[in-house]
Amino acid sequence: MEEQLFTISVFTENRVSLLHQISMIFSRRCLNIESLTVSACSIEGVHKFTITCRSTRPMMEHVVKQIEKRIDVIKAFLYTDEEILFQEVALYKVPTENVVNMDIEEIVRKHGARVLEIHPEYTVFEKTGHTLEIKELYNHLKPFGIRQFVRSGRIAVTRSSRELVDEFLEKREKSK
Amino acid sequence: MEEKITGSEILIRALADNGVECMFGYPGGQIMPVYDKLFENQYGVKHYLARHEQGAIHAAEGYARATGKTGVVITTSGPGAMNLLTGLADALMDSTPVVAISGQVGSAMLGKDAFQESDVISSVLPVTKWALQVRRPEDIAPALSRAFFIANSGRPGPVVIDLARDAQIGTAVYEKQTAPFIRSYDSDPEPREEVIEEAARLINESKRPLVLAGQGIMIAGAEKALSDIVEKGDLPVATTMLGLSSIPSDHPQYVGMLGMHGNLGPNINTNRADLIIAVGMRFDDRVTGDIKKYAPDAKIIHIDIDESEFDKMIKCDLHVHSDAKKALEALFPLVESKSHKDWLASFDQHRRVEEERVMARELACESPNGGMLMGGVVRKVCEAFGNDAVIVTDVGQNQMFAVKYSKFNKTRSLISSGGLGTMGYGLPAAIGAKIGEPDRNVILFCGDGGLQMTIEELGMIMEYAVGVKIVLLNNNFLGNVRQWQHLFYKKRFSSTPMVNPDFKMIANAYGISAADVQETSQLDAAIEDMVRSKGAYLLNVNIDETDMIFPMTPGGNGVDEILLNESEYYKPV
Repeated sequence: MEEQLFTISVFTENRVSLLHQISMIFSRRCLNIESLTVSACSIEGVHKFTITCRSTRPMMEHVVKQIEKRIDVIKAFLYTDEEILFQEVALYKVPTENVVNMDIEEIVRKHGARVLEIHPEYTVFEKTGHTLEIKELYNHLKPFGIRQFVRSGRIAVTRSSRELVDEFLEKREKSK
Repeated sequence: MEEKITGSEILIRALADNGVECMFGYPGGQIMPVYDKLFENQYGVKHYLARHEQGAIHAAEGYARATGKTGVVITTSGPGAMNLLTGLADALMDSTPVVAISGQVGSAMLGKDAFQESDVISSVLPVTKWALQVRRPEDIAPALSRAFFIANSGRPGPVVIDLARDAQIGTAVYEKQTAPFIRSYDSDPEPREEVIEEAARLINESKRPLVLAGQGIMIAGAEKALSDIVEKGDLPVATTMLGLSSIPSDHPQYVGMLGMHGNLGPNINTNRADLIIAVGMRFDDRVTGDIKKYAPDAKIIHIDIDESEFDKMIKCDLHVHSDAKKALEALFPLVESKSHKDWLASFDQHRRVEEERVMARELACESPNGGMLMGGVVRKVCEAFGNDAVIVTDVGQNQMFAVKYSKFNKTRSLISSGGLGTMGYGLPAAIGAKIGEPDRNVILFCGDGGLQMTIEELGMIMEYAVGVKIVLLNNNFLGNVRQWQHLFYKKRFSSTPMVNPDFKMIANAYGISAADVQETSQLDAAIEDMVRSKGAYLLNVNIDETDMIFPMTPGGNGVDEILLNESEYYKPV
């Protein structure tokens, strides 16, 4: 069966060991996590994990159920790229003398990046976009001498107008 | 305001308030404050001292399986906690409710490689349903309340509470807890009405239905619901190994056990059924054989409380997400009264072949090669106890013969390590079962290999006078591995013959009555002596090492490709 990139959104209680509980489900099945972003979400006390992983759909559906089975996991959802809006953030650090001496400004503007900081020795650019777009800007800046480069994991929102985790929590509170 | 007490006392009070009557454990440095409090025996929680932490947790498992209550085990940090891992993995696989409490070094020393420190939470997470470290005395009572709720609700399983030393010696006010609400965990889902209606429609339209009952029946207390529905719909019912005793062996609709060494009828007819109704079971690979050849003509309804089991092994047509009792009770009024006389009779024809071609030889007991055959020994022992004892097994041939040749007429009568296949489980589990059900006879069937893995627990039998009847099916071999070596590894018996000690002397050294049975002619009298004996007893039975368990579906075969003996496949008409 064909492998593709999936995005898994996991909503959890904010407790110690959740990262371990989720990552062990991947490692047990020898699945490599491509990217991982964890932070507090809009619901008080709830954290959101956004995980990307390349595998088959049956395997990913199985993994999502195993994640959801953990007691402190509230809900987990599986998405393909078409079902979500997603972005990554990247930072590029380039020597300032190269920025001043050469025509870097047009490249940066063309790629929708912005200047985060100009220091006498280095300048940092920031770009938000998809993996390939970030890679593309990297390739263009490479001749200017990239001193540091960092890229975040993916963050994503669904294209649906319903927030399923809210609905689930409302239902649970009612059953109290 | 109420007086502050130590965390150790809070722990014991909380155990008592969670209904705990006894626990199994082993003391050590980082749990001494709790043991010091236990010395006063203030709250009526009895402690049984095991001889090894693995023995303690298997005893807690046996207690839980026999009673349905949560088994409790308590150990020290580091090695004490690490010795629980096998039992935790076993309890997770077999849905056994266990709460394990491990001592832990003081929180200031955590992560500094302190003496007897180990990372308990990280180690146990893959083999527990839930685990939590507690560092403050005021957190103990809420943690315990959650632990007991999680361990014995939904699909039961093991929970670990890792109790740092500061929590044990610090003080706080004890607050009695009410049942916790955990928003992320729906422990008791309701079956959806439209799904129940669709399931009833499939059952009513079916010509060749087959119910597969798992341990979920007993966990949900759905024994009556099961017999009611199979009687009304005249539905044949087979059980998994852990589902044994959920319906009496002589029930008219009962057709036998599934799986690699299961009965011919239910295995053959799995692939002839037009509808499978799987209740509280998980399509273990020992049950399904090659999944590509599984139940080709059947629609499958899967009833389970654990949503993650749906479509995990076998793609099913309908999922009923609830416990077995709720689902079967909701289905009952919608299922039509019917007769499946011919379909039920078709199981009999396979049963007769199995009785004649496989079981008759075993039941004769006497082996032409000298020694006895396991099936016959098991049957005689069970009958001598009126077929209503709790049967506990170890793992291997002894287990397969014990489950195949026993008969059950009471629920919760089979305690065996199913999913994990843990050798050494039997003896301590039998001890826990007898402590939990002191008025029932508890018989352990074990082999010479498995018994020696946890033989130190004879000490628990001695110390607490636990009346377990031990039937040692002794072939001086690791029999199940030997069987596979015989069949698939050109009879190269690599590391399976065993030079054994004098088991009767060992039993006697622990103050346990024992007898050796060399030949069949001595067996009946020896069993009679065991039945009449008051306390624990060990019967060391000389088994023919060439005895093998059949029928057998070798790995990679479909469920209906079954060996009747080492060279002949069953060819059903």
